[in-house]
Amino acid sequence: MDQAVIGRVKRVNGPVVTVSGITNASMMELVYIGEYRLIGEIVKLEGSSATVQVYEDTTGLAPEDPVYTSGGPLCVELGPGLIGSIYDGIQRPLEALRASGGDFIGRGQSANSISHKQKWSFHRTMEEGSTVSGGSIIGYVDENSNIKHKIMVSPFCKGGKLVDLAPDGEYDVTQVIANVLGADGRKTAVRMSHKWPIRKSRPVQSHMSLSVPLITGQRVIDVLFPLAKGGTVAIPGGFGTGKTMTQHAIASWCDADLIVYVGCGERGNEMTDVLREFPTLIDPRTGRSLMERTILIANTSNMPVSAREASIYTGITIAEYYRDMGYHIALMADSTSRWAEALRELGGRMEEMPAEEGFPAYLPTRIAEFYERAGYMKNLNGTEGSVSVIGAVSPPGGDFSEPVTQHTKRFVRCFWGLDKGLASARHYPAISWLTSYSEYVPDLRSWWDRKSNGAWEADRTAIMSLLQQEVRLSQVVKLVGSDALPDSQNFILSVCDLFKTAFLQQNAFDDEDKYCNADKQLKMLRLIMLYYELGSKAIKAGSTLIKVKRLKVVQDLARMRFSKDLGDLEQRLRSSMRALEEAYDR
Amino acid sequence: MTDSQRIRLSGREYRGLERIDGSLVFMKNTHPVGYNELVQITDKDGNIRSGQVLDTSDEAVCVQVFDGTSALNLPDTRMVFMGEPITLGVTDKMLGRVMDGLGNMRDGNAAPMAEARRDVNGSPINPTARIYPRDFIQTGISCIDGMTTLIQGQKLPIFSANGLDHNILAAQIARQAKVRGADSDFAIVFVAMGIKYDTAQFFIDSFESSGVLDNVALFLSLADDPSIERLITPKSALTLAEFLAFDKGKQVLVIMTDMTNYCESLREISTLRGEIPSRKGYPGYLYSNLAELYERSGKIEGREGSITQLPILTMPNDDISHPIPDLTGYITEGQIVFSRQLASKGVYPPVDVLPSLSRLMKDGIGEGMTRSDHPHLSNQLFASYSHVKDVRNLASVIGEEELTDLDRCYMRFGEFFEQRFLKQGTNEDRSIEQTLDLGWKALGFLPREELSRLSEDEIDSHYTAAEA
Ligand SMILES: Nc1ncnc2c1ncn2[C@@H]1O[C@H](COP(=O)(O)OP(=O)(O)O)[C@@H](O)[C@H]1O
Ligand SMILES: [Mg+2]
Repeated sequence: MDQAVIGRVKRVNGPVVTVSGITNASMMELVYIGEYRLIGEIVKLEGSSATVQVYEDTTGLAPEDPVYTSGGPLCVELGPGLIGSIYDGIQRPLEALRASGGDFIGRGQSANSISHKQKWSFHRTMEEGSTVSGGSIIGYVDENSNIKHKIMVSPFCKGGKLVDLAPDGEYDVTQVIANVLGADGRKTAVRMSHKWPIRKSRPVQSHMSLSVPLITGQRVIDVLFPLAKGGTVAIPGGFGTGKTMTQHAIASWCDADLIVYVGCGERGNEMTDVLREFPTLIDPRTGRSLMERTILIANTSNMPVSAREASIYTGITIAEYYRDMGYHIALMADSTSRWAEALRELGGRMEEMPAEEGFPAYLPTRIAEFYERAGYMKNLNGTEGSVSVIGAVSPPGGDFSEPVTQHTKRFVRCFWGLDKGLASARHYPAISWLTSYSEYVPDLRSWWDRKSNGAWEADRTAIMSLLQQEVRLSQVVKLVGSDALPDSQNFILSVCDLFKTAFLQQNAFDDEDKYCNADKQLKMLRLIMLYYELGSKAIKAGSTLIKVKRLKVVQDLARMRFSKDLGDLEQRLRSSMRALEEAYDR
Repeated sequence: MTDSQRIRLSGREYRGLERIDGSLVFMKNTHPVGYNELVQITDKDGNIRSGQVLDTSDEAVCVQVFDGTSALNLPDTRMVFMGEPITLGVTDKMLGRVMDGLGNMRDGNAAPMAEARRDVNGSPINPTARIYPRDFIQTGISCIDGMTTLIQGQKLPIFSANGLDHNILAAQIARQAKVRGADSDFAIVFVAMGIKYDTAQFFIDSFESSGVLDNVALFLSLADDPSIERLITPKSALTLAEFLAFDKGKQVLVIMTDMTNYCESLREISTLRGEIPSRKGYPGYLYSNLAELYERSGKIEGREGSITQLPILTMPNDDISHPIPDLTGYITEGQIVFSRQLASKGVYPPVDVLPSLSRLMKDGIGEGMTRSDHPHLSNQLFASYSHVKDVRNLASVIGEEELTDLDRCYMRFGEFFEQRFLKQGTNEDRSIEQTLDLGWKALGFLPREELSRLSEDEIDSHYTAAEA
């Protein structure tokens, strides 16, 4: 290779390499080190020495090894062909690496992130001579049957007149398909792909307010703790409480146009699971395979720690790129704690002063910057799109008072706290109705109320209040047994029990129940509240709790999540209750 | 300097250390030495030890010595930098042999001829090359087969505590484990880290008495061996395991005990180097370091074999939130958790099923794999047994006589579940059908309406109410 040498290795300490004799380099510049041309990034400059964070295993690297410049920061390549791919943390395509390097990931391997050979059928949507600026859409290709991939002028471009526009036809991503003639008379080439530095958010016109829910098909989320399109949420939970399953479920069934799934420092098999399963799952909205709306970033726990740090930026940059085309993206990061730990490990190797629990003092800033990249935006080109961020957090010992959970909580507006006790009783999803919250409820109220004629809000408030009462009542039961409570109060306990089994639980492996559409959610909630209303009345009229609970229709309510349509459940509920009541009216 | 130039310098011998600190030695004025390089250290009497470069700069090289530094002195110690990472010569002839942490024969006999040399650090398996593990391993132990099913290619640790029967269980699993209907070529790699001689001997005897010793490779780094050797032991062992599984097509079971000792050695080195600790003095990279071991399991597309890992760790102070079990649980595909309380009730194996989990179970059980009622049945058992805990608490407050009839049913269910389902003999090998039928028998103590996790059909075909 013919890159210029800009310095020599002075010290190697794991993924952190000190370079001396630096002549010309800038912060965050991408460099290549040693004979294998290992990829690294300059994270500190001091006089003639620099500290480089290396994205690959540094075994064998030695003092005096040369350091080459790349001339720019770490970028991702953005263009058609991203969808359906699986990348490592610095956007190396894992399928291609396997084809060239075998089943194990070796060092110094590289391949183009998107194919430079594949031809795409380009359709222009702008005229020659139009005025364009950064972000302008000049045409599109059909990336697949779901996604029209808009071809945009790079946001870095100052703008000008669109000239030399190629006719509709087949092009690869490296070909120049137009030029932008600037006011200074200089031409900037436009290709179907462009590069963007991962640590810089892509510019937008403005942030818009959030008012549309991201429907996840998970009842506990959509009804109790909803997320807005463009919103941010944290899912903290100890190991085995269901972070990954929740992320997978949302990635499978939510109503985003595109999913970017970042496996950050987690298990290899979990990425394999997605990779093997998604192509066989059908998106209920489009009828197409889920892989046709998914991009995977896999930097598993045994892959180099610096690339783990980069992986979430790689993911969110790709998400922003599709947002700029006017799409709604959901980005999952599993787990942001591993990313924070990568920061800690690298910080430690650079001998930085640690703050809490060894984490660097800039941890909160980094977390904030990351979540800030979410939002519902008016894009530079006038389209609207959103990036919603769903971040898993893995607190040590499952204790939410640790720094990553606490700081994340400051910067997200929705919180799905996973509960160890629920998980061990196999109540899934183990999202606690006591510790979770969503600040989006007021923003989303009008959307839901339009859909349900106001029932969403009324029923939601009612059930939340029953759940609160349940906490108090079960304290009493724990001390003196349930016999001490009157039937009317024991009935509240049993309604809450029913709500938990019949509504909150949702088995991700059940073919019918893994996904529940918004209409069915509303109906199920209504039925349970109706059961409460009518049951309370019957008990007041003189019936007993046992009689109410033993109604056949109650068994059917408990299993209603497994049937596609709820049929005559409401009628049967009403008539059984009426019969009970009448027995006492006389 | 290019790598090839450096390789010429590799092999040159230097004499005289700058500093010795615990198991670390420092040397100045060497040629540029590569990170992670293998080092040969010779003491004044000519004894050779092995080490690895932990930090290298133009000023000094820091080397960790796996055989410990005792009896080394500054002036007479000689070092050779080998210009390559630590490798292990591998062959299936290592089955039936006893080795140390670096793969040297402990019995003093000649080492078998290696078929290949492999870097002990391994390389990450490309996620696109993996096959998602699905094959059910019947261990013959109800709490595992029924509730936390082991899958071929899984990493499933035992979280135990001092004085509990984890070794007996691990040996029983090794003896009884089989994939039904498959006649496979299996091997066991046994990794001892800092355990006592008699514990290692117990395993050897158990392998011997079941006639499998010839299929077992033992890597022993015992309590009286240098603690630093434990850091390399699992890497050597997993390197052989990978060779056996992915080159030779064997179904390999790796038993690693005790991971707690491994982590302590890691902490020792980290403290010595003055690194910033995270929790309880363990280094911030403990997670990544453990992941580099545990992720060396699974199955690869187009290759016959598999690596199933059964790491054993003792939870310090019986505390599951201690960094060692905690980080392990975040990496492995589930965990089998021991309970001192069950052990004291005489239940073997004393597995607390509630915090236990097998993440790969979902795809390995049910119709065509175990039995169609298995998923819902285990789900129901978990849910009902977790309610038993509440009822027992209530009973201890208000007294058993005051319990409602329903609560009394739960008490009897709980007794049966622990004493008949969980508890079994150390040589008892139950079929999965026996296990599931026992589960139904336990549910017989509960009224039918309580079984909301099961379908009506399943209840109709398997449920019989227990006699009062
Ligand atoms: N919604 C769900 N439905 C069914 N099982 C679930 C669900 N959520 C979690 N589980 C069970 O819990 C296990 C652990 O979940 P996982 O998401 O991997 O936990 P985490 O990522 O928090 O460690 C899974 O393997 C699965 O058995
Ligand atoms: Mg997870």
